[in-house]
Amino acid sequence: MRSQQAAWAGSPTGASGYRGGRRAILALAWALVWIGLVIPGVAPAASGSAKADAGPWNPELEEHVREIASGLRCVVCQNLSVADSPSDLAKEMRNLVRELVQQGKSREEIQAYFVSRYGEFVLLSPPKRGFNLLVWGLPFVAILAGAWGVYLVARRWTLRREEAEPAVDPVYAERVRRDLQEREGPVGS
Amino acid sequence: MSWKKALIPLASVPLIILLAYGFRTDPKAIPSPLVRQPAPGFRMAVYDAGELSLETLKGKPVVLNFWASWCYPACYEEAPLLESTWRKYEAQGLMVVGVDIQDKEANAREFMRRFDFTFPNGPDPGSKISIDYGVYGVPETFFIDRQGRITHKHVGALTPALMEAQVQAILKGN
Repeated sequence: MRSQQAAWAGSPTGASGYRGGRRAILALAWALVWIGLVIPGVAPAASGSAKADAGPWNPELEEHVREIASGLRCVVCQNLSVADSPSDLAKEMRNLVRELVQQGKSREEIQAYFVSRYGEFVLLSPPKRGFNLLVWGLPFVAILAGAWGVYLVARRWTLRREEAEPAVDPVYAERVRRDLQEREGPVGS
Repeated sequence: MSWKKALIPLASVPLIILLAYGFRTDPKAIPSPLVRQPAPGFRMAVYDAGELSLETLKGKPVVLNFWASWCYPACYEEAPLLESTWRKYEAQGLMVVGVDIQDKEANAREFMRRFDFTFPNGPDPGSKISIDYGVYGVPETFFIDRQGRITHKHVGALTPALMEAQVQAILKGN
């Protein structure tokens, strides 16, 4: 009922409202024509650069892309990530990462895609499972084994020195004592 | 020799095995997870010949070669072999397709003219196809059977013996 009243009450002003609406539509149409006539010179360039840079600069997006790309190995470099490599292929891979992020793909999905194409080699940090656990565990095992080896060697050296100290030849000691006695005379004289 | 003294040479055995394995493998060779998997589909603009998609080649054995005009000497060495294989087996249904990567069009056309390429070749803008095939250098060649599965990937210049063996395999549908 209320809405009916509003509709009816609105009808006289509705005519002026309609005229106002027509003016607004005309203004909008003019604006669109202007955009179509004046902006085209800019629009293709803008869209071209947008294509090349995959959209306007978005620091958050770029940070996210960099974060994902820094975990991917540049496949034509030695120990460089896709984020850091200046190679053309790494650049294309970064662009692809950006595209996939813009499509709403998660970090895991993007990593899985690259792994499905290049194998786990493409990951700078091998996943902590299966045979890869050796890669993660062996350095710690090596450090412990090395520390144990150093301890054993140090202990052996210490023991040798302790054994070596009392081992004074008794003949030599007796000769030293006799020589000293001869030089200084009998003790107590 | 006490067992403690024997430990030192024994401890070096795994290290020697590891080194022997390391020196025998090529650190630059990346085993492809795509072998024995369905070949990723692609659509490519072919130089002077419209468009080509892998979908339209279904049922045909395909030799998919990634090359570039700047890839010297490997791409130059294998180029005549690609063309001769195409001419030899085209009647038997074999398709040879070239994907030109990270190249300048004029240089690519000069390369195709130099080797009289008659099989379809096209550029790969954005390296989309290359990345989808896990390509990390040129030349790389994929052999795809009639079922659309990758049977073999070869990195580096093709040799006549390898080409013949792989083409026969995909022609037979093995």
